[in-house]
Amino acid sequence: MSDTRNIAVTVNGTRYEETVPVRVTLADFLRHQLGLTGTHLGCEHGVCGACTILLDGRSARSCLMLAVQADGHDIMTVEGIAPNAGTLHPLQEAFRDNHGLQCGFCTPGILTTLIELLRDNPDPTEQEVRIGISGNLCRCTGYQNIVIAALDAAKRLRSEDGRQTTDDGKRAAPL
Amino acid sequence: MKPPPFSYHDPRTTADVVALLGSLDNAKLLAGGQSLMPMLNMRFVLPDHVIDLNRVDGLSYINEQNGAFEFGALEIGAMTRQRDIEFSDLVRERCPLMHEAIRQVGHRQTRNRGTLGGSLCHLDPAAELVSVAAALDAKVSVTGKNGARSIDFSAYPVAYMTPAIELDELVTGATFPCWPPGHGYAFVEFARRHGDFAIVSAATLIEEDNNGRVTRASVTLGGLGAAPVRASEVERALVGEMIEEKRLREICETLRKLDAVDDIHAPASYRQQLATVLPRRALLKAHQRIAGRTQS
Repeated sequence: MSDTRNIAVTVNGTRYEETVPVRVTLADFLRHQLGLTGTHLGCEHGVCGACTILLDGRSARSCLMLAVQADGHDIMTVEGIAPNAGTLHPLQEAFRDNHGLQCGFCTPGILTTLIELLRDNPDPTEQEVRIGISGNLCRCTGYQNIVIAALDAAKRLRSEDGRQTTDDGKRAAPL
Repeated sequence: MKPPPFSYHDPRTTADVVALLGSLDNAKLLAGGQSLMPMLNMRFVLPDHVIDLNRVDGLSYINEQNGAFEFGALEIGAMTRQRDIEFSDLVRERCPLMHEAIRQVGHRQTRNRGTLGGSLCHLDPAAELVSVAAALDAKVSVTGKNGARSIDFSAYPVAYMTPAIELDELVTGATFPCWPPGHGYAFVEFARRHGDFAIVSAATLIEEDNNGRVTRASVTLGGLGAAPVRASEVERALVGEMIEEKRLREICETLRKLDAVDDIHAPASYRQQLATVLPRRALLKAHQRIAGRTQS
């Protein structure tokens, strides 16, 4: 059995028309077929959160989706967060300034998760941030600087106000 | 780690799903993928066919139903995302137990994809939505080649992670009878980490009369046995009682004798200890919610 399907997806604003084997996960499609290796694969069974992407603006684990299921949808990966190659997003600046990462393996999933969290809740408490990233494992930092960076990013985004509105993909229609 | 080879089907109607289920051997239904996808990635399941429900119309909804039930009911479609249940005003108002429980289901990333129907079909004994269904005497709607039928939740789990649905049937939704406005509710669980499956959970609902005596109670323990168990003896014992800690300790102590599973996460005796503690805490919380409302 080598079933394949043709799919059309928009990733970080670019439309791709690709042929995929139906059993390929979205994570492997992004990394191997589109070359977007910023999305990391830790556990590949939905525990570590490293492969988190935004699907129509909602965070999801790309190892727990088939690429074929993304047909017609809008995806944002960590590569889509920065406004351009020379400028970091305020969230990324906050992570750099607060030492919010060490090895960096979990960082793509944490950043995409926080893009959604800070969009839905621009002024979260520390506890809300900790619950928000509870689906992301970090083995280096002990999370403290990640939480500090997230709260700092929230402050920066609130003061810059509006800079983050265009790059988080379209929002799914409410139920 | 990759899923094994399979043929992929993405039907658009429930009738097409039923037709596929009737004609394909060794087929698996894919809902939110938060349980099936890990099992595929680890090759714990080897289906010849995967039938994706994500493009089926009409399975995602939260509706109020006022006909057959004294205090109304919520009808929720099988493909309704857990996130949509979490943020539903209707669920928070009419079924606050479910609202409290769903915030303890996994993480934002998994609730964005995970569905009600997926949780009810996977039927993990510690799954929060499964316990809520047991606590509320939900009715599960299924459709197959012989038409639609409704299964009382008390008859829905037939064994460990095995729902009472036939191979050619799919769950299309569930009906959750509401409790009257002003009832007490609480969902309390013990888990090692936020978002983990509970080791044991307690889902409780109570109504009290004007004197503060319990007139009706629902107590469900998740994670204890092969499926959530209703503590019917405790429910009966609570009726006529005032909720206060000392009496609750006596009543809930009887829960220690329930059968409990023994596994890598906790020995049976540990679960039985939790079975005496968590319902007590949940009942106190449920009572305080009634009291808080009467005072304000």
